[in-house]
Amino acid sequence: MAEAEQRELTYVDAIIEGARTILLEQDNAFIAGEDVGGAGGVFGSYRGLLEEFGPERVVDTPISEEGIVGLGVGAAATGLRPVIDIMFMDFMGECMDEIANQMAKMRYMFGGSAKLPVTVVTMSGGGRNLAAQHSQSLEAWLCHLPGLKVVAPSTPYDAKGLLIAASRDDNPVFTVMNKMSLANRGAVPEESYEVPIGKANVVREGEDLTIITYSRMVSESLTAAEALAQDGVEAEVIDLRSLQPMDTDTVIESVAKTHRAVVVHEAVRFGGLGGEIASQIQELAFDELDAPVSRVGAPFSPVPFSAVLEQTYLPNADKIVAESRSLIGA
Amino acid sequence: MSTPSDDVLLDIHRRMVRIRTFETEAGRMAEAGKIPGALHLYVGEEAVAAGVMVHLSNEDWITSTHRGHGHLIAKGGEFDRMFAELFGRATGYCRGKGGSMHISNMDLGMLGANGIVGAGPPIAVGAAFSTKYRKTDRVAVTFFGDGASNEGSFHEAANMAALYKLPVIFVCENNGYGEYTPQAKHQAIVDVADRASGYGMPGVVVDGMDAMAVYEAADAAIERARAGDGPTLLECKTYRFFDHVGVRGMGLTYRTDEELAEWQKRDPIHLFEARLAELGVLSKDDAVAIHEEVLAEVRAGIEFAEASPTPDPDTLLDDVYA
Repeated sequence: MAEAEQRELTYVDAIIEGARTILLEQDNAFIAGEDVGGAGGVFGSYRGLLEEFGPERVVDTPISEEGIVGLGVGAAATGLRPVIDIMFMDFMGECMDEIANQMAKMRYMFGGSAKLPVTVVTMSGGGRNLAAQHSQSLEAWLCHLPGLKVVAPSTPYDAKGLLIAASRDDNPVFTVMNKMSLANRGAVPEESYEVPIGKANVVREGEDLTIITYSRMVSESLTAAEALAQDGVEAEVIDLRSLQPMDTDTVIESVAKTHRAVVVHEAVRFGGLGGEIASQIQELAFDELDAPVSRVGAPFSPVPFSAVLEQTYLPNADKIVAESRSLIGA
Repeated sequence: MSTPSDDVLLDIHRRMVRIRTFETEAGRMAEAGKIPGALHLYVGEEAVAAGVMVHLSNEDWITSTHRGHGHLIAKGGEFDRMFAELFGRATGYCRGKGGSMHISNMDLGMLGANGIVGAGPPIAVGAAFSTKYRKTDRVAVTFFGDGASNEGSFHEAANMAALYKLPVIFVCENNGYGEYTPQAKHQAIVDVADRASGYGMPGVVVDGMDAMAVYEAADAAIERARAGDGPTLLECKTYRFFDHVGVRGMGLTYRTDEELAEWQKRDPIHLFEARLAELGVLSKDDAVAIHEEVLAEVRAGIEFAEASPTPDPDTLLDDVYA
C-alpha cells in the first residue's frame, strides 16, 4: 500500500494512465483526435493506446476540429462516451460552434432529454516558445458557457484522477491540461480513482493571505509561498482544480481566515477568471476583507515568441511574491 | 429495389399532408401572435422529408435544420407536443426550452432542429459512428440546405464520413436560396451533389418535388449505408413556398412571384396525389378525407397547446447539467 502510494509518474504518463483506465473500464468509451493513434498524441499523452485497444477505440482523425467535436457530440448523444482530443486549446476557434452552441446547450435546448457524456482533453499554456497561436490559456471562454464543466489539473495525480472523473460524468467536461507540466513528476496510485469535480484542494495552509490559483500556476504559487514564508508571511494556497463548477465555499472559508486574497492565473488578466473570483469574494465575504482582492495574470497581449518576451509576459513566482507583498503592505 | 407497396405510398402521402397542414396552421398561429420567436416553415419541401423518413425507424438518427418541423413530423412527431413546444409550454417536447429552432425528440431518433446553419452534419457523423461502433445496421441522415453546403462543417463531416465509411446520408435540400441569397450568388456550382466526388462518395441529384423519386433515391442511399458501403450525398431540388422566416411567399424583393408560381405548379402533394390516383391507390374523396382528418388532429394539437401550462419559472435552471 505504502509502496503503491509512493509510485511516481510524470504528468504525461498520468494522462496516458487515465485514458487507458477509461478505455479499460468503459466499453462505450473511445478516444478520437488528431494524431492520437499512430503518433500516440503529439505530446505523447496517448502512447501505446492504439496498440492496446485498436483503431476502433483510438481513432486518428483528419485535421478537422469542428468535425471531431461534432463527432463527439453526436456519439455522446447517441450513447457512447467519447474522449475527444483538441491538440492545442488555441484550436477551439476552429470548433467553437460545436462546443458552444451544440455540446454545451443540447441537453438544455432539448428539455433534458439528451445526455452528453463527452470528455474533451486539450492543452493550454505558454513557456515553450510556441508563440501566439499555440500558447494560450482560454479556459474563461469555456467557463462562460452554461452546460460545460471545466477542470484544470496541476499535478500528475490530478491529471489522472480528474480525467477519469470527467469520463464518468454525464456532462461535457473539458480537462484543460498544461503543456509545461508534462514532465513534472508526482505520486500517482496505480489503481483507478477519481478526483471529484467541483472540489478545490488546499495545497498549503497559511494565515496571512490566500492565493487562489489552478493549473501550472499552483507550483509557481507554492514557490512564491515559500519565499513569502522566509519573510514570515504564511500564504494559504488553493488549487481550484475545477473551474466550472467552482468550489467557492473553500475560497470563502479561507478568505474568512486570512482576510486577504490574490488570484493567480496564466490567462490574460482582463476578462480572466480572476475577475469572477474577486467579484464573488467581495459579494460573499466583503466584511472579511482587509484589502481589495488582487490579481496576477498575463498582460493584455498575445503570447510572444521570443524567450525574453515570453518570460516577461508569463506570470511567475516572483510576480506572485511582489503582488502578495503589496497586498499585505510588506 | 422493390416497388413501394400501396401502404408505403399512402404512408408517404400522409406524412406530407401532416407536414403541410401542421406548417400552414403554425403559420396562422404565428401571424395571430400565438407563436413567439422565429418560425421557418417547410411548406413546399414535404416530399423530401416524407420520401426519406419512410425508410427509417426510431433507431435511425437524423439531424435537422432551422426549418425542422417537417423532419420531426415525418419522423413521427406528435402535433400536440410539437405545438406545445412552439407555444412555449411546459408540455412541449423540450418543455418550452427549445422552441421551433431546437425542437427535438430523442426517442424518435431526432437530434434536433438547429439554429446554426451547417451544425448538423458533424453531429450526424457522430451518431453514425455510434451505430457502427455498436455494430448495428442503423443509419444517420443529416438534412441541410444549399446554403449550409458552403459551411466548413459540412466539408469536415463529409470527408470524415467517407473516410470512415460511416452510414450517413447527406440530404441536401436545395431550395435555391441560402436565406435570401439565390444559389447562383452563393456558390459557383448548380448541383451541390457535384461536391460528392471530392469526398469519395456518390452524389445523386433528384427532383425534390417528386416524393417517389426521393423515395427511390433515399432507398438506394440508405441501403448502401446499411450495407456498410458508406455515405451518399443526395441532393433534392426543391422550393420554399413561404419566406425564409414566417409565412409570406409572394411580393418578396429577392425572388419573383412568377418563380414561385412555376414551382407551385409542381406542388409535391398535388403531384403525388395525381400519381396515386393514376395508380388507383388514392381517390380524390379519400385524399380529401385524409386532409380533413389531419386538419382535425392539427386543431386538437393547437387546443392541447393552448390549454397547456407555461413552464414553471422554477424550472429555469433545470437540465443545464445532467
